[in-house]
Amino acid sequence: MIALTAALALSAVMVAGCSSTGGRPQPNANGAAGPAVNTPRITIALVSHSGAGDTFWDIVRRGAEEAAAKDNVNLLYTADDDGPRQAQLIQQAIDQKVSGIAVTLAKPDALKSVLANAKAANIPVVVINSGESVAKSLGAQAYFGADDKVAGNAVGDKLLAEGYSHPICVIHEQGNVGLEDRCAGVKAKVPATEVLYVPGKDMTQVSSTITSKLQATPTADVVIGLGAPFTLTALKAVEATGSKAKVASFDLNSELAQQIKDGKIIFTVDQQPWLQGYMAVEYFWQQLRGGFSLGGGQPVLTGPAIVDKDNVDAVLKFAKDGIR
Amino acid sequence: MSVANPAIIDERMRSRSPLQRLLSRPEVGSLVGAVVVLVFFVIVAPVILQPASFATVLYGASTIGIMAVGVSLLMIGGEFDLSTGVAVISSALTASLFSWYFVLNVWVGVGLALLVSLGIGFLNGWILTKTKLPSFIVTLATFLMLTGLNLGLTRLVGGAVASPTISDMDGFSVAKAIFAATFKIGGVDIQITVLFWIVLVAVASWILLRTKIGNWIFAVGGDAEAARAVGVPVAKTKIGLFMGVGFCAWLLGMHNLFAFDAVQSGEGVGNEFLYIIAAVIGGCLLTGGYGSAIGGAIGAFIFGMANKGIVYAQWNPDWFKFFLGLMLLLATLVNLVVKRRAERK
Repeated sequence: MIALTAALALSAVMVAGCSSTGGRPQPNANGAAGPAVNTPRITIALVSHSGAGDTFWDIVRRGAEEAAAKDNVNLLYTADDDGPRQAQLIQQAIDQKVSGIAVTLAKPDALKSVLANAKAANIPVVVINSGESVAKSLGAQAYFGADDKVAGNAVGDKLLAEGYSHPICVIHEQGNVGLEDRCAGVKAKVPATEVLYVPGKDMTQVSSTITSKLQATPTADVVIGLGAPFTLTALKAVEATGSKAKVASFDLNSELAQQIKDGKIIFTVDQQPWLQGYMAVEYFWQQLRGGFSLGGGQPVLTGPAIVDKDNVDAVLKFAKDGIR
Repeated sequence: MSVANPAIIDERMRSRSPLQRLLSRPEVGSLVGAVVVLVFFVIVAPVILQPASFATVLYGASTIGIMAVGVSLLMIGGEFDLSTGVAVISSALTASLFSWYFVLNVWVGVGLALLVSLGIGFLNGWILTKTKLPSFIVTLATFLMLTGLNLGLTRLVGGAVASPTISDMDGFSVAKAIFAATFKIGGVDIQITVLFWIVLVAVASWILLRTKIGNWIFAVGGDAEAARAVGVPVAKTKIGLFMGVGFCAWLLGMHNLFAFDAVQSGEGVGNEFLYIIAAVIGGCLLTGGYGSAIGGAIGAFIFGMANKGIVYAQWNPDWFKFFLGLMLLLATLVNLVVKRRAERK
């Protein structure tokens, strides 16, 4: 009786508490399609250096999963932001005798020996996202990704063209080579660029640290976030401070695309992470299908693609779908 | 029959000057440390004293300080909690995902998040008292499980690793006005978390110093078996302390959610150490039975000053963590010196 009363009370609260706007879109009846190919099923491992709960890597994974679904591939996605532990994950993929391994080389020294093991086991390897400069020397057949320094240069060029002279480049993970390269790329073009480190695991501290930097640096005219969630927090900090500084970004999500459309963020440089995941899986299938080699042994760059007010409408729909 | 030497006075009968009594308070050493750090940053970065800058320091301190209140009480009670950092995010995700998935007024999610946060605290305390396992092990397990749940459930429910935005849902604007508001003092915007922090410190100090429960907290932290022998409800006290931490996690979690609209499921990891550091800088002993809520607040303030002061001072950012560690170490050493001076007198 007590359980029944509690259940009725909970139901009443939930009915009374319904929201008239927002919330989860109601699911439609469309079922997911099966594989679009009839090649034999293969297993591919994708081992990234993602930390837990990273929106950028979520998009990479979605790209890989979509290619896997289309190409009749069993995708094994694993990740660890610790170099030696990432190496162990690659070794586990080798032990499982996968048909191919896609890896990120944010910490190449930690992965040297395990990639040699993959070569010895005749398992082809491709590199995505990071490590373009060392990919070939470590035995990788292809590279799909962006060059962070080139992306940084692109941001610097665009800032210069639009008349900005004192950027603050916000790094949310100290010691991350890719993030450091992005800021270095900006600084190469705009020498007055300052780097600000914030603790990326705590948005309240990200916000208050950006606020304190803006208060200490009234001449700053643009704040650059190196990931969509951090840029959105930077935007809130800029607005709360009443600073005249504008906000620019690297990477993309639907909320950031909307803010570009609304004119609150001037632009972002997108490295199209969905494409990185997709092409990693597609590479192995193409190899199986006809001995094809995507990129012909040369790096395939997925960025930098600048998204600003002029072209954001074309991107926004896909960002809302979670693939941009 | 021998007569006791009148020159040897029982230390319990020794009179102590008001200054000695003041210096022996757990928070006084940290207060001196805070003054030293503040003076240092006023010299190297005068901008820190500008009202807007000081408000930023207070905000940074309050987001550590809210949790440091609950953690300080818990540490005085002889336990500590490694799940606090991710528990804040668990609370925010619970409110967000539940409201979003069932398309409910966000206040339903807020209420459920409170129950979940208190439930996590209850579970930590209950397992601890039933199994007699160290709190390190119990809360480490909770930390790992919550970290996994945060990520797993967010992806399962929302289809991504960050919660979907709920800013367009009923009740959001009212909740934002409560949990993520700013108010003006002398033309300066102050975050509501600063007010929450002050109220929590006041309530916690009153509980510790003016109530029977406060006596129980000190007793179970000093010697749980002796406390049990004189009738202190040890299990209930410890469970209550863990639930207090859960309440603080809920409050900060709601601020996170309504200040930033969406929550990254991987956040919070590592923050548990900041809360413990704040409590220890504030004079709480890792062994329990000693400390104060005000001390924990001062510890959080020192952390906030060091964290933001380094930015205001515009030091080389490569050395940020080193400077931060050095500031915290110096503040703690000042605290220790003051405490030892008080004990020697």
